[in-house]
Amino acid sequence: MSSKPRTLYEKIFDAHVIERRDDGTCLVFIDRHLVHEVTSPQAFEALRMKGRKVRHPELTLAVPDHNLPTTARVDEDGNRIPIADKESRDQLAALERNAPEFGVRYFDATASQQGIVHVVGPEQGFSLPGTTIVCGDSHTACHGGLGAWAFGIGTSEVEHVLATQTLLLRPSKTMEVRVEGDLAPGVTPKDLIMHIIGVIGTAGGTGHVIEYRGKVFEEMSIEGRLTVCNMSIEGGARGGLIAPDQKTFDYIKGRPFAPKDGEWDAAVAYWKTLYSDPDAVFDQSVVIDAAEVEPSVTWGTSPEDVVPIGGVVPDPASFADPSKQEAARASLEYMDLAPGTPMTEVEVQNVFIGSCTNSRIEDLRAAAEVLRGRKKHANIKWGIVVPGSGLVKLQAEAEGLDKVFIDAGLEWREPGCSACLGMNPDKVPAGERSASTSNRNFVGRQGPGARTHLVSPAMAAAAAVTGRLTDVRELTREPA
Amino acid sequence: MAKVSTVEGRAIPYGRKNIDTDLIIPAHWLKTVSREGLGQGAFEAVRADNPDNVFDQPQFAGAPILVAGDNFGCGSSREHAAWALLDMGIRAVVAPSFSDIFAGNAFKNGILTVALPQEAVDRLLEVAQTDPITIDLEAQSVTTPFQDRFTFEIDPFRKHCLVEGLDEVGLTLTREDAISRYENRLAADKPWLARGTGVAA
Repeated sequence: MSSKPRTLYEKIFDAHVIERRDDGTCLVFIDRHLVHEVTSPQAFEALRMKGRKVRHPELTLAVPDHNLPTTARVDEDGNRIPIADKESRDQLAALERNAPEFGVRYFDATASQQGIVHVVGPEQGFSLPGTTIVCGDSHTACHGGLGAWAFGIGTSEVEHVLATQTLLLRPSKTMEVRVEGDLAPGVTPKDLIMHIIGVIGTAGGTGHVIEYRGKVFEEMSIEGRLTVCNMSIEGGARGGLIAPDQKTFDYIKGRPFAPKDGEWDAAVAYWKTLYSDPDAVFDQSVVIDAAEVEPSVTWGTSPEDVVPIGGVVPDPASFADPSKQEAARASLEYMDLAPGTPMTEVEVQNVFIGSCTNSRIEDLRAAAEVLRGRKKHANIKWGIVVPGSGLVKLQAEAEGLDKVFIDAGLEWREPGCSACLGMNPDKVPAGERSASTSNRNFVGRQGPGARTHLVSPAMAAAAAVTGRLTDVRELTREPA
Repeated sequence: MAKVSTVEGRAIPYGRKNIDTDLIIPAHWLKTVSREGLGQGAFEAVRADNPDNVFDQPQFAGAPILVAGDNFGCGSSREHAAWALLDMGIRAVVAPSFSDIFAGNAFKNGILTVALPQEAVDRLLEVAQTDPITIDLEAQSVTTPFQDRFTFEIDPFRKHCLVEGLDEVGLTLTREDAISRYENRLAADKPWLARGTGVAA
């Protein structure tokens, strides 16, 4: 191997190259493949038609999440409750059939291990540092929080990975997002990644893999790192990662598919080589001052449309780029917002706490801390809390968090992607607003005509209490 | 995959920036287990909001080209976006830039993604109102009846696959020896990694 200093991504890439073609395309080995019901049926069908099998079922893990209703899944007698919508039922049945047919480990809808793919992978110790991880879902970058090179793929690539355990790829460019200084109290990893996307723009990371660097990330919990890496795609980057450290190893140890016994030390020894060399050069470098980050909220229909909660809806004319001006005008029309409106005056009718970005136990604890002893505001017609997995749900219930949410007037649901993408019955009604801990505020994302404001879990909880977008620090500040 | 050489015909001018895949095909269309029939759902929100939308104008019915704004196909990895475009007859998209995942999905379905500078795209948006456009993959050029000629870059491997109509999975399976060598080394060096979920291979 060359002695040239390399970035973390370059080390992982090089370790997975099977062959380099003359034209620069590389055949790359894929260590881990997560499969869900929405982007896999056509891939399994293609294998079947061509008489191909899954090359490495043991490197593949299937779990339903996108389309699954989040209402009760078993009745009082423990029988499965059928899914009302026929198309959804058929799609879930296809995965339930395909997984055993191709020998793939499958967590069914009622298993405690079931959950959102990007919650399940790390939780089960399936996602490991230094690995290549793919899934037919753009938020796969999430697993980069463990120091993996993880990225979303389309269904044709899902088929390619199932059949060959490889992908044909060109090396990406590298981008460093270096955050200097400390985050202020009350500012969370979600606020930070939203701020970063606001700075680099939704296409800023296109063609790149981002490495998040700086003391902030070293001090951040693993769950916080997963949240940050999760939204890399909203900045255009297919992958985003953070170098693994002792916290990462401690998080992984003892999980079901993690290396065991005598192999653990060998794994850790390898993982300790996974960092960017001191002289490694990134193709692009962005420096963020942590002190400038405040609780963040979106005003428009792109994740780059971010302002601090203390800010106002911007005037489209304030953008230099004419196409951005036009996009902002269209966004404000869709969002029914006037320039200059303080964000804290925007009333919301719906609250969604969940998604692969923010449905882990720390997220639920943060939301519950704000909601404890409080009630949802009369403005709030619908508020749901959707844990990221059955295990997160059990943990939350053991801590009594479910009671906090229910007492506050929110609904406590079964795990899944839910209102993040409005594919199952969990949707925000047309013309209404939601304070949502998800990752996308696209037109129609949470349902046709739905108006989404992206926020952190604590901020979503604060909005539930006040019925409007709110600086959570006003609710959590110690009395003087 | 069918061979691709030239895409010629009317082009739908839709110059909006950051067209995301939720806009191209909303999530409720993703319940299908097939690749077919998604054209009906393409740009559903745009069509529902405005009866005069460009997609429903008769002169663009069956148009094989879409001209769009920067960062086309951002967001979700859903290949349904490519399938929906294909089903509505689109064989090529011209834009200043594309999201990485969409560009890959389009390629796998034989849809050309042609990246041109904004000025060129602006000119094509203008021409598209009244006249056809021609995209020649071999020559890597986009031309109009008015002597406009713009050349574009394309990944040589992708061009090769498109021109020859290659099945990528089939192509990779011919590299069996190299893949096996890698796998054997992995099993020897990092058995803890090769074990995965532990189900029998």
